[in-house]
Amino acid sequence: MSAALLLLADSRLPAGGHAHSGGAEQAVKTGAVHDLASLRGFLAGRLHTAGLVAAGLTAAACRSAGRSPTPPAPMTWAELDAEADARTASPAQREANRQQGRLLLRVARRVWPSPVLEELALAVPNPHHPVALGAVAHAAGVPPDEAAMAAAYHAVAGAATAAVRLLGLDPVEVHRLLAGLAPDLDAVAERAAAAEVLPATSAPALDLLAERHARAGLRLFVS
Amino acid sequence: MSLPLPPRRYPAPVALSHRTPGAGEVAGRRRMRASAAVSTALSGGRTILPLLRSDPPLTLRQTGPHTVHLVSTAAGPLGGDHLSLDLDVAPGTRLEIGSIASTLVLPGDGESLSVITARVGEGAVLSFAPEPTVLAAGCAHRMVVRLTLAEGARARWREEIIFGRYGEAPGRCVAGFDAMVEGRPLLRQELTVGDPSLDGSSAIYGSARCVGTTLLAAPPHPATPKSGSPGLTAGQAGASAAEGPIGANAPGQGATGVRGGGVVAEGVAVLPLAGPGVLVSALAADAVELRRRLGLGEAQIAW
Amino acid sequence: MGANHEDHHHAPDGHGRALRLGIGGPVGSGKTALVAALCRALGPELRLGVVTNDIYTTEDADFLRRAGVLDPERILAVETGCCPHTAIRDDIAANLDAVETLEERFGPLDLVIVESGGDNLTATFSRGLADAQIFVLDVSGGDKVPRKGGPGVTTADLLVVNKTDLAPLVGADLGVMERDAGAVREGRPVLFTSIRQGGAGEVAAWVAERVHGWSHAHAPVA
Ligand SMILES: Nc1nc2c(ncn2[C@@H]2O[C@H](COP(=O)(O)OP(=O)(O)OP(=O)(O)O)[C@@H](O)[C@H]2O)c(=O)[nH]1
Ligand SMILES: [Mg+2]
Repeated sequence: MSAALLLLADSRLPAGGHAHSGGAEQAVKTGAVHDLASLRGFLAGRLHTAGLVAAGLTAAACRSAGRSPTPPAPMTWAELDAEADARTASPAQREANRQQGRLLLRVARRVWPSPVLEELALAVPNPHHPVALGAVAHAAGVPPDEAAMAAAYHAVAGAATAAVRLLGLDPVEVHRLLAGLAPDLDAVAERAAAAEVLPATSAPALDLLAERHARAGLRLFVS
Repeated sequence: MSLPLPPRRYPAPVALSHRTPGAGEVAGRRRMRASAAVSTALSGGRTILPLLRSDPPLTLRQTGPHTVHLVSTAAGPLGGDHLSLDLDVAPGTRLEIGSIASTLVLPGDGESLSVITARVGEGAVLSFAPEPTVLAAGCAHRMVVRLTLAEGARARWREEIIFGRYGEAPGRCVAGFDAMVEGRPLLRQELTVGDPSLDGSSAIYGSARCVGTTLLAAPPHPATPKSGSPGLTAGQAGASAAEGPIGANAPGQGATGVRGGGVVAEGVAVLPLAGPGVLVSALAADAVELRRRLGLGEAQIAW
Repeated sequence: MGANHEDHHHAPDGHGRALRLGIGGPVGSGKTALVAALCRALGPELRLGVVTNDIYTTEDADFLRRAGVLDPERILAVETGCCPHTAIRDDIAANLDAVETLEERFGPLDLVIVESGGDNLTATFSRGLADAQIFVLDVSGGDKVPRKGGPGVTTADLLVVNKTDLAPLVGADLGVMERDAGAVREGRPVLFTSIRQGGAGEVAAWVAERVHGWSHAHAPVA
């Protein structure tokens, strides 16, 4: 494992992630997430749907950045981004994804300067987050399977932190819950990195939550 | 669909329960391989159906000039069955597909598979709106839809999945949907129902017992910026539609005939896609409510 | 944010860009009122942009847009997910992006004001985001607040003590506040305002001086 992976996955990476709850704020508002057990269900669902898609795109972007001969064949940035679009039916989610991708890219261009990132910024200035993450991982020397792990972790870590803040849950219990999801994180990252066809696992409830959130009069998180 | 049809058996989940075969019946039946097809052609400016191939249990009946209904002539699919339906809508023609009753997916010997492939030619119009698919307890089903649209083609595609007959836990189903417009991906989704480790996750479908979508692909208005214009990918068109204050999450409204995206009512959202199309997505406790919610969403779209 | 934005990536040294002024301070002390007053006072001479950081959605941005002190399009809102201080200090990406978006859309600008969400006395702006910062207190919290210090009060380039009109009502002694502030701030300036009654002329003059100094020191390099 590369040390750069830790930097990439760290919530202290100053790339704007702290302002996103991944649907958790709305799930708390509707009462669907209200305690540790319901949070666990939410996070596991998020990980195995949106998380798997993100991890697959991230690994593919990382591989494409390195022009890796491993299938699937390298795609252009625009193609990868269009595949992310096709897997993100909710416009609010696309917007949140692009905002996070854009911020990650701007931060990474200073932290890990690389022609690959300049190329991505030119081709897709506001890339979907997984596309940016894959490119950044490559620039930081992180291989595709580890990049997929960072994406899978990103899919649950932000939502878990948001739930701690919104519900006043015991942060130790929430971390215990994340530790319990570790085998799932491994499995999702592994499956995503090995997939020859980009995963497209969908989650209708996340779409609905994202759209509700975008229209909420009062909200704390961007998404 | 104003032609004489047998009375609609919708909502079907309860009514169908008497058709549950006994274990012996399931075990005794051979696996079925069926491949049905419909294609249209243009004749004197009107749509005709030169090919209408039934293959039991997929029996097709023409019920209008360009309307075909699926009539199930056997229970199932059962585990192990492989059914496929090919729809070829020639340029400039129309095709409407419906069904007489819900499809009840039953357990059997292995996984059942249904594959629907639909090609919609230039300027052609396809409407696909069968009755729901009901996942009986213990079933293991895979559904694959591949929809491709040529330039100027339109499609309305409704899919409803009911998690088990009344009061019953569903079997397992993986429903994949793949839509391409003019060679670009429009929508790629794969929904898993009945995975015990995720069933009930409020991120996927929560406590809902039915899930449904209607894709309205490529709206008719020529004002739509052509997705093929140079330098503008589908993704970029989608994002610029969402241009707005940072974090304000303005809904994308650009390239679709949608009057207003977002949540139109409890449990239903109208989702303008990045490419030319809109997805209505709904969750509900029962089939009647699901249909009502999808209808509310569909009514928002000038298609 | 659209994907069709020009790509903007400024040199971090500040050449050729606007002065970035952070305005922080506790909830309700008058930060938004000060932003509005600054826009009124400086708008005629300077090319301005404003970024607000709201706790809940886009309340302050909406207020400023309604107040008509600035072209509404020059006001952007950043949402901070429960942590206003994170967005101005530890993870400034969204704010930097908003600032640069304004400069890209309306630039060149002379001054971009970033209002922080109301937070506690330790909240300060990262030097990576703000070139200068003002900390706004009000008298209604009691005259003990400057004495308590905290990085906001002690290190801000300017401390503003607002709502002096309320001092008699809450029994706050402005003399004590001035003395304590002077002591913890080691000579850095303190201004007293009643923005509601008298505007913020002195603060505007302080800001204008900063902007002029900035544009001389950071003229675009050829
Ligand atoms: N009496 C009095 N009220 C003032 C003065 N300045 C502002 N206010 C009022 O104080 C309240 C809060 O002012 P804002 O400018 O919204 O304060 P803020 O610091 O931006 O608040 P947050 O952004 O919510 O932290 C408003 O009702 C203002 O009208 C003043 O000088 N005197
Ligand atoms: Mg304010």
